[in-house]
Amino acid sequence: MSTLVTLPVLLPILGAALTVLAARSARTQRLIGIVVLAAVSVVAAVLLVAADRTGPVVAELGGWPAPVGIVLVADRLSALLLLISTVVTLAVLVYAIGQRISDYGRETASTTFHPIFLLLSTGVSLAYLTGDLFSLFVAFEIMLAASYVLITRRTNASRIRSGMTYVIISLTSSLLFLTTIALVYAATGTVNLADLAGRVAALPEGLRTLLSMLTIVTFGIKAAMVPLHFWLPDSYPNAPAPVTALFAGLLTKVGVYALLRTQTLVFPGTGPSTVLLVLAVLTMVVGALGALAQDDLNRLLSFLLVSHIGFMLFGLAVYDARGAGGTALYIVHHITVQATLFLVSGLITRRTGTVSIDAMGGLARRSPALAVLFAVPALTLAGIPPTSGFVAKLALLQAGATGGAATAVVAGFVVLASLLTLYAMVRVWVRVFWGTEKEPLPDPDPTDELVVGTARASRPMYAATVALVAVSTAIAVAAGPLSAITEQAGADLMARTPYIEAVLG
Amino acid sequence: MITINVTMAVVLAVLYSVGFYLLLQRSLMRILIGIVVLGHGANLLLQLAGGPPARAPVLGTALPEEFADPLPQALALTAIVITFALTTYLLALGYRSWVLTGRDEVQDDLEDRRVAERQRPEGSMEADAEGPDDEEDPGSAAASDRTDEPAEVSGSGAAR
Repeated sequence: MSTLVTLPVLLPILGAALTVLAARSARTQRLIGIVVLAAVSVVAAVLLVAADRTGPVVAELGGWPAPVGIVLVADRLSALLLLISTVVTLAVLVYAIGQRISDYGRETASTTFHPIFLLLSTGVSLAYLTGDLFSLFVAFEIMLAASYVLITRRTNASRIRSGMTYVIISLTSSLLFLTTIALVYAATGTVNLADLAGRVAALPEGLRTLLSMLTIVTFGIKAAMVPLHFWLPDSYPNAPAPVTALFAGLLTKVGVYALLRTQTLVFPGTGPSTVLLVLAVLTMVVGALGALAQDDLNRLLSFLLVSHIGFMLFGLAVYDARGAGGTALYIVHHITVQATLFLVSGLITRRTGTVSIDAMGGLARRSPALAVLFAVPALTLAGIPPTSGFVAKLALLQAGATGGAATAVVAGFVVLASLLTLYAMVRVWVRVFWGTEKEPLPDPDPTDELVVGTARASRPMYAATVALVAVSTAIAVAAGPLSAITEQAGADLMARTPYIEAVLG
Repeated sequence: MITINVTMAVVLAVLYSVGFYLLLQRSLMRILIGIVVLGHGANLLLQLAGGPPARAPVLGTALPEEFADPLPQALALTAIVITFALTTYLLALGYRSWVLTGRDEVQDDLEDRRVAERQRPEGSMEADAEGPDDEEDPGSAAASDRTDEPAEVSGSGAAR
């Protein structure tokens, strides 16, 4: 069983190497990508069942026991997030393949896209599974280095600026992370998370707070928490639709996961954290209000992404088993729905030839299928019953209501931000799908993959989007068993002992 | 808990402050050097996290009590490789940006300007100064601004 934990990291990186070798054959590259990600999904599902039945699955790399060597740990939270992330990655890959086929034909192979895509998946898997602070840094670097290439691929004069912003901000946050690791090691003499849990508790309170705040800032930048979010709406909308969908679905959520893991395991608090509650409110409100001001569809979605990071921070800030469980459920729901929305936005802009909401209109009559595909994830994001968004928000609100006076007040902001999300989505709906029909605009720049006006969308693109909508519906249908797992995951996070005992033995 | 000597603390303080100062500049080249300097600071700090200098471990030439902690060295080595690789990528990207835009400057976000234009109340001073056709085409007002102006490529840049 413990060899199984290494597969989600090994398979994609081997697949990346194979796709480099198969650079001549488009068909082989596509096949390798899909087979690898499907295999990782199966492994993640097996790990989730195993972690749920018998506790965390641990692999000691190189046979070195825990505090000395590096460990990979799959507990309920890691395995669940790994599963949903890989499924979403697979769907996005199918969409990207479809887009490439409709733009360039069936036979052109890509020398960079497939290897880099699989490397990004490697980084994400390692980030979820690693039980070691320095490996987490390495995982972030693999993931981010791959994302730098994806966001600056085939760049042009107008897009390079946003790519630079993204790379510079990410590098800065990585160097801050490195600084944090150095200080943590100097203070405790270990980088193993389970070992740190015991040793950090012995530190003086001032030092502990300093280290805790440093991790919040580091992962806060990666998670796009207000006031560290400015880079996100500037950079994400300038990548091709599948890349944006992947980034929006996964990268920020890995930041939230790292925050969740370190704040519960290494820097446990007692009761609701005021700092995180304030940050959660700011993130929710600033993100939602920012979205209302936008005219660019992708930027609007990016601001909503920032806003919903606040929801996850709120669950963490409540700081009890329910809150952490609610955050886990919210991450699962949000990875799916945010990726879906960006894919649908890609389909919409292919039809309209523009990202400006003002220049769109009457799309419901021309393509009713697209209208349905947009409406379902939009309502899910806003949290209308009986969607998965409602289930996830309910879990957070319950945690807020039972957490005390302060968290109950913040729960009010959760409702407010949800209403603002709904308002933003309704505005998009009215402007894009209703109103007078407008002729599609010509492609502003035929050389890039950003907006391809009036081009046909091939079947795989629709299939991938429909599949993601189905996954998010499945989350709502399976809400009972799923929330049982996330509640248990939240309880594990708060108890800390299952993780520590599994790692240190 | 490990403490470090004053010299190293001063060196670290200088590296971090110079790095962050350069990061806040508008020129891409300075930002890049800022990242490099900051990276040196972080790697030095990681190296120092192992404690004061001591004898080589593992080889068997010293007693275990005299060993230097090998783990931070391994971590620093990994981190140096990563920062090196990413700095190269950033350098290539900076060069690409210079080739494409002809300027070595981080530019403002056009869409941010457009949103600001749309939100500005009518009759405010700046809106008047920009002319009455802002409403129809906010892009032209933003595009005519100094930092967003598409510059002539390469020729003048190469001469510099």
